[in-house]
Formats: sequence, structure tokens, C-alpha cells
Amino acid sequence: MKKDTIVKLENVYFAYTNVSVLEDINITIKQNDFLGIIGPNGGGKTTILRIILGLLEPDKGKVYVFDTSAKKARQHIGYLPQHITFDFDFPISVSEVVLMGRLGKRGIGRKYTKTDISVCMAALEKVGMQQYRNNEIGKLSQGQRQRVFIARALSTEPKLLLLDEPVSSVDTQWQQTFYELLHDLNKEMTIVLVTHDISVVSTYIDKIACLNKRLYYHGSKKEGMHKISEMYEYPVQLITHAPAHNSVGDNDK
Amino acid sequence: MIEILHYEFMRNALFAAVLVGIVCGIVGAFVVMKKIVFISGGISHAAFGGIGLGYLLNINPVLTAIPFSLLSALAIGILSKKTKISEDSAIGILWSVGMALGILFISLSPGYAPDLFGYLFGSILTVPISDIIIMLVLDIIIIVTVLLLYKELHALSFDEEFSMIVGVPTQTLYLILLCLVALSIIVLIRVVGIILVIALLTIPATIAKQFTSNLKKLIALSMITAVVLTVIGLWLSYVFDLPSGAAIVLLLALVFIISTGIRKFLIPKV
Repeated sequence: MKKDTIVKLENVYFAYTNVSVLEDINITIKQNDFLGIIGPNGGGKTTILRIILGLLEPDKGKVYVFDTSAKKARQHIGYLPQHITFDFDFPISVSEVVLMGRLGKRGIGRKYTKTDISVCMAALEKVGMQQYRNNEIGKLSQGQRQRVFIARALSTEPKLLLLDEPVSSVDTQWQQTFYELLHDLNKEMTIVLVTHDISVVSTYIDKIACLNKRLYYHGSKKEGMHKISEMYEYPVQLITHAPAHNSVGDNDK
Repeated sequence: MIEILHYEFMRNALFAAVLVGIVCGIVGAFVVMKKIVFISGGISHAAFGGIGLGYLLNINPVLTAIPFSLLSALAIGILSKKTKISEDSAIGILWSVGMALGILFISLSPGYAPDLFGYLFGSILTVPISDIIIMLVLDIIIIVTVLLLYKELHALSFDEEFSMIVGVPTQTLYLILLCLVALSIIVLIRVVGIILVIALLTIPATIAKQFTSNLKKLIALSMITAVVLTVIGLWLSYVFDLPSGAAIVLLLALVFIISTGIRKFLIPKV
């Protein structure tokens, strides 16, 4: 495996008891890539992330993450799942949730250190939730909760960030801020983003993978856009967003 | 009220009530949060096999119940996580097999089984000092384990998958939690009995959960609730000559109803 390769899947097949989800997937993710995985529902996008995390074992094929097995590489990965179900009256505060990202760095019986706390506060600040740190997580809105879970993924100080539909429930204003944040984070880490939102692809992402059971395309986005239409089996209208700093009308005045 | 403390059995009962309350506060909070109430019910019924074994071997049934409930906790945990058997079914199997073994052992043991009713439904007034010592040791084991694993157990209860990704050995931790439940059931058996154990593991924590959203406060509050209500239940059962287990459980249920009303209409969460 080349030195700048972070994730490599070779001929990966996966099925949930007889229902084939992934077939013959070959994909290479390199250092500082910003990869968008696009595809219809049931296309296997989440499954790929869970294979990279070692939460699922492929039926066939090989998985390399940071030159080792997926399970060992986990500690370098920050993960935002698509859905997190929990009891809304679960007794846990926002800062306690974000501190979970530091669990692997502290052994059993050890308290969180000042570094842990400052890393978590910085992560909360990045997603603009620091003023809610003492709030109960269940009392926040869905979009606010999602931002807290993004902060939790960041608090692990990952080298690879896996985001499964990260903007599905946040407001459009924050979406823009969020993509700007990812753009900054991309300088330090590799980002893989699963999304339905094709408009995002055009503005922020530099590589795409089109996935519908098989990998239809994997590479730079320019050549890939027409492949998306092919995969969805209908023409996809590409909405081109202007870069964020231009799109805020007030700045132009 | 004070003069009844001159009786040794009453002092033992009071001491037992305190030991029970501590366990209920700590382990009950995790049982309620992790939603393993019925797993706990399964473990406690399976422990009856251990009680029966004690009668058969003619040793203290509380002692034989310890390995039995630990093994059934591990069995439920491993069956449901490592095989395709659902947790629900694993509980059902262990629950009934444990009870069946208990009945078989008791029928095989010579003579009749004294105190059997006490193990099933609790009799706090007859707890001997030897059992108090066992309860004390188990209390200490439970407290130390939870102190060591507090942040991991909190995370496990909230989001098991994320805890696993960041490197917490969640499967082992889950089995440890079930073992803590098994040990606390042993502490509770003498006071409320196998059948009623589940009330003390759920009601105090559920009452406390209505008034706080901080885990440490929840544990403290449910400990206080459990100790106070067990002692009052004990006193009621002494004064009115009621079975202690039933008196404690019904008192817990009554306070639960009242506190739900108070929570709904009067007091905000702290």
C-alpha cells in the first residue's frame, strides 16, 4: 500500500443475509482527499462506511485502513452516523457526549484530563454549540444534536472523518458554515462524506464515488458528474453553488 | 420506634435495608438507563436454581446463588450477542430453566425446605448476620467496579456503537454490567425475594430519573429513595405484621405514583 493511501478496498462484496448490497467494490482513498459518496437509497453508502470502520466484515475482498485492519485503525477515525437513537430523557449533557470521543485515549479508571476538556470545548466551538455545553442532549433540536455529534466525531482528533448524511437535519444557513468548516478541516484530515445532496458535490468536494451496489465511478468530480445521471437512471440537474464567500449577498454591497 | 432497635434481628434488618438501598441506587440507575430491566428479571429468576442447589448441598443458598446468577448473566449476554438468538428468547430460556433447576434440586433434597418462601418473596426480618456480611462484601465489589468504570458505563448506556469505535471493549463491559446486576440481585434476594427483586432495581431509579438529568445526582437520589423507602417498608411490615418484600414493593409503587404526579404538576427538573 502506498504511503499516502489511507483506505483501500479490494474486490469487496457484502450481503445482508442473501440481499446483496455491495458487489466488487474497489476504492482507494488518499491522504487529504475530500470524497463524496453519492448514490440512491439502498445503494450501500452507509454499508461502505461501516466496513471501513470494521463494524461489518465483508463477505469477500480485502479492507486496508491506515495500513492495518479496520478494527485497529478505528482509533484514527471520527464517525458521524446517520441516525443515533437514544432516549431523550437520558441523563447526559452536551459536554459529556462530546467527551465520549476521548474515551479511547483514557484508560479505564482514569479521569478525563484538561487536554480532553479543551479539545472538546474547541470541537463544540467549531460547530457553534459551546454555549449549550451544560444542556441536556435530549432537550436540543434535531439539528443542534447533529452538530453536537459532529463535535463528538471531531473530539477524537481523527485522521479520517466519516460523515453519513451530516446535513440531513440542519438548517441551510448552518450547512454553508459547515461545509466551510469541512473545507478547513480537510487541510488536516481526509474526509469522506455520504450525501444525497448533489449540489454540495459541485462546490466543495474534489472526488466522488457513485455507488449503487456497484461502484459506477470513482475519481475526480469533473468527469464523474454525467455518471451520476447514468446511475440514478434519470437526468440529474446540477445546481452549481457559487463559492460560499460570494453567495452571502451582504458581502457584495 | 427506638426500642425495636434493641432486637438484633431489627438491627440486622436495618443494616440490610441500607446495603440494599446503596446497590439499588447504583445498579438500578444503569439497569433503567440501559433498558435491561427484563434481562435483570431473567437473571434473578435463574438465580433460583442456585437457591435450590444450596438446599440440596445443605449450604447457605445465598452462597450457591452467586455463581448461578453470574453464570446466567453471562449466558444471557453471550447468547444474545454472539449467536442469532434474540435477547428476548435468551431471557425466556434462562428464566425458566433456572426456576426448573431450583424446583428439581429442592425436590431432591431431603426433608422439607425451610425459609423457601423467604427466598421467593423476601423476609428482611430473618436476615442472619452471615448473610449481612455476604451482602456487605458484594456491595463493596459493586461500588469499586462502578467507580472504576463509571465513564465507560455511562457511555455504553448512551451509545454502545460509538463507544466501541473509540476503543471501549463494549462486549466485555456489557457482560461486566450484567454481572453487577447478578451480584446486586444476590444482595436483594434476602430482602425482597427473587420474584420481587426487579421492583427495587427499577422503581427507585425511575423515581429519581423524573427529577434530575445528571447521572451522579440520579444515582445519589435513587440511593436515598431506596434506603428510605426500604426502611419505612420494613417498619410498616413490622408494625402491621405484613410480609416485608410485599410491603416494600407496594410502598415503592405508591411513592412512584405520587412522585409522577408531583413531577407532572409541581416541580421542574433540577
